[in-house]
Amino acid sequence: MRLLQLENLKKYYASHKAVDDISFIIEEGNIYGLLGPNGAGKTTLLRMITGIIYPDEGRILFKEKEFDPLNDIFRIGYMPEERGLYKKMKVGEQALYLSMLKGLSRKEAQKRIRYWFEKFEMQSWWNKKVDDLSKGMSQKLQFVITVLHEPELLILDEPFSGLDPVNANLIKDEIFNLSKAGTTIIFSTHRMEQVEEICNKIILVNRGKKILDGDLNQIKNDFKEHIFRIGFKDTPPVFESEAFKVLNSTDHVVSVHINEGYQPSQVLRQYLDHDGAIHSFNELLPTLNEIFIRQVNEVETTPSFSDSI
Amino acid sequence: MNNKIGLIIKREYTTRVRNRSFILSTILLPLFFFGFIIATTYFSIKSIDKQHIAVRDESGEFKNSLKNDEEITFDFNNNINADNFAGEGYAAFLHIPADFASGKDSVKLISSKQLGIGTEEKVRNVIDDAIRDHTLLEHHIDKKLLDSINNVKPDELYHFSSVIRQGKKTEHSNAGLSYGIGFGSGMLIYITLFIYGAAVMRGVMEEKTNRIAEVIISSVRPFQLMLGKIIGIAAVGITQLLIWFAFIMILLGVASFLLSPETLQHTQSLQTAMSNQGNAETAIQFLSTKETFLSANWALILPCLLFYFLGGYLFYAALFAAVGSVVNEDPQEAQALMLPITMPIILSFIIMVSTAQNPDSKMAVWGSIIPFSSPIVMMARIPGGGVPAWQLALSIILLIGGFILTTYIAGKIYRTGILLYGKKVTLKEMSKWLFRRS
Repeated sequence: MRLLQLENLKKYYASHKAVDDISFIIEEGNIYGLLGPNGAGKTTLLRMITGIIYPDEGRILFKEKEFDPLNDIFRIGYMPEERGLYKKMKVGEQALYLSMLKGLSRKEAQKRIRYWFEKFEMQSWWNKKVDDLSKGMSQKLQFVITVLHEPELLILDEPFSGLDPVNANLIKDEIFNLSKAGTTIIFSTHRMEQVEEICNKIILVNRGKKILDGDLNQIKNDFKEHIFRIGFKDTPPVFESEAFKVLNSTDHVVSVHINEGYQPSQVLRQYLDHDGAIHSFNELLPTLNEIFIRQVNEVETTPSFSDSI
Repeated sequence: MNNKIGLIIKREYTTRVRNRSFILSTILLPLFFFGFIIATTYFSIKSIDKQHIAVRDESGEFKNSLKNDEEITFDFNNNINADNFAGEGYAAFLHIPADFASGKDSVKLISSKQLGIGTEEKVRNVIDDAIRDHTLLEHHIDKKLLDSINNVKPDELYHFSSVIRQGKKTEHSNAGLSYGIGFGSGMLIYITLFIYGAAVMRGVMEEKTNRIAEVIISSVRPFQLMLGKIIGIAAVGITQLLIWFAFIMILLGVASFLLSPETLQHTQSLQTAMSNQGNAETAIQFLSTKETFLSANWALILPCLLFYFLGGYLFYAALFAAVGSVVNEDPQEAQALMLPITMPIILSFIIMVSTAQNPDSKMAVWGSIIPFSSPIVMMARIPGGGVPAWQLALSIILLIGGFILTTYIAGKIYRTGILLYGKKVTLKEMSKWLFRRS
């Protein structure tokens, strides 16, 4: 089912076009990576999806109905990149207040807070002030507050920034758990390795435009360049062939580009024929990082406009 | 949706009321106020030192006629001259030449430093009186007669009463009391506008710099957040006013219990035995002060005070919220943007001061109708009782319209400003936001 559908969304500011005609579909139950360099329009896009600002043009469908910010935001959980909590307010009261603003009753909110606090071993924090928490602790608190009302759509803007590896893993596991339970997740970042690890779909934006979206594996396949890596036990044999071109060669490893019309098995056979003691043979798919940089640079060469936020 | 505003109001209210600074300011402000009044009274009495003035009277006519009083003593000492009076411990040296009346030479008061304005005037009055008495005696007025004329007190000659008559109603006029209540209420609104206005601004700034604003407005509309904060702080203000009011009532109650008629009688009966007249007099004075205080038209003054306090607060609070939403961490930026808001408040205070003295001047009338200044100025006019119903009605309607307008304008600035980080905003940009669709 289509949980969210964006149609020709536009948001222009005086100095630049923050979001310039973006359309995409968010299918239920997936983990999406929303990628883009700083200033690409990710935050503006997310603010429109969360009903914080309205688009100048275009429309948003939520669960295949016109998006109604006043009611639909109860089903959305949003953890903005610029995180914040009331510093002087006690942790428990704060969680209670924010989840009641999301429409939970006091009783229900208390029950869920207790559950999550136990799960994350935060019970002793209840009467602490946010001021007294470390940065990582308040990050955890912020995450809990975002998911307390069990949103159908969870939007996380750079959720791991500032977290140590242990806590980052804790949150990551929780993201997978929520996804398994049916929550659709949009995960905005410019950290590619995290996206490859967590997401199964990606949307790539730059300068207010969408440049790419789809299934992560599909995209990687689409961008593959027929490059293979061959590992040898000894020094690799050197010879000329019409089937491939050597890109790179070290003591035990050779990277080759297989020319149009030839199959990997043919290349493998040629190496065997030259007495190569082959140890490993695998295709090198481009990393998301490479795809990202290539795509962004492609757009970059088109006439530029103001770079400010 | 409405219960969300309710939640926000509740949070704003409880976090503030539970805060130590609320409790402190609620107790300390009245103490500070009373302390201020007592201190000024004390110092104005205390600062009257007895001044010694040396006199050289060449005319010989003033020897017995310059009268000493509690503040000034005149010493006729021929060893003192214009050069050594200060060394001898005199505040000033008064030189009266022989032919002071001819106009050729003048009476001179020489001092080593500026005398108080009261002292100089007093010296002149004493000389004036001496010359008048001297002239009258020269014209053969009986010395006894002159003394008895000088000793007449106005209160013994006639009784004076001033009343205000509106239709059939007559009441005792008490210009001093009206002035006091008017000035006091105007002052109260002026101070609370700043205190609670600044509280709104700081609250908004806190939410913006803490970055919690974005978390919250993904649950509620920015306007709801702003309104919730404004109303919550208004409730804090009313709580504080009520506490102060109760405080005054309890003080009055305790005082009048201690000084009940029976106590008074008791004191009076003791009076002869103890010859302790002072206390009884104070008690009678207090009772009559209390009576005059209660004689003011509180049925009109209190509702108006509450309305203008709330109206004025609502009129300015939204503007303070708008300023809070556009500034970043830099407090100086806030100061500069606050200026357009604080200027009219300060101006209103200045108008109020002159209104308290002259409640029917043109400036007072217009100042009490235009919503920028009406909350402060009108309160200075109401205790006097001379405000026509149409002026009061117009002022109330304009103030209600005024705060709806400022809240609307501020809401437009607020919802853009609160999400804008690290950027300095100019007034021109802000005015652009007013006309932008969400």
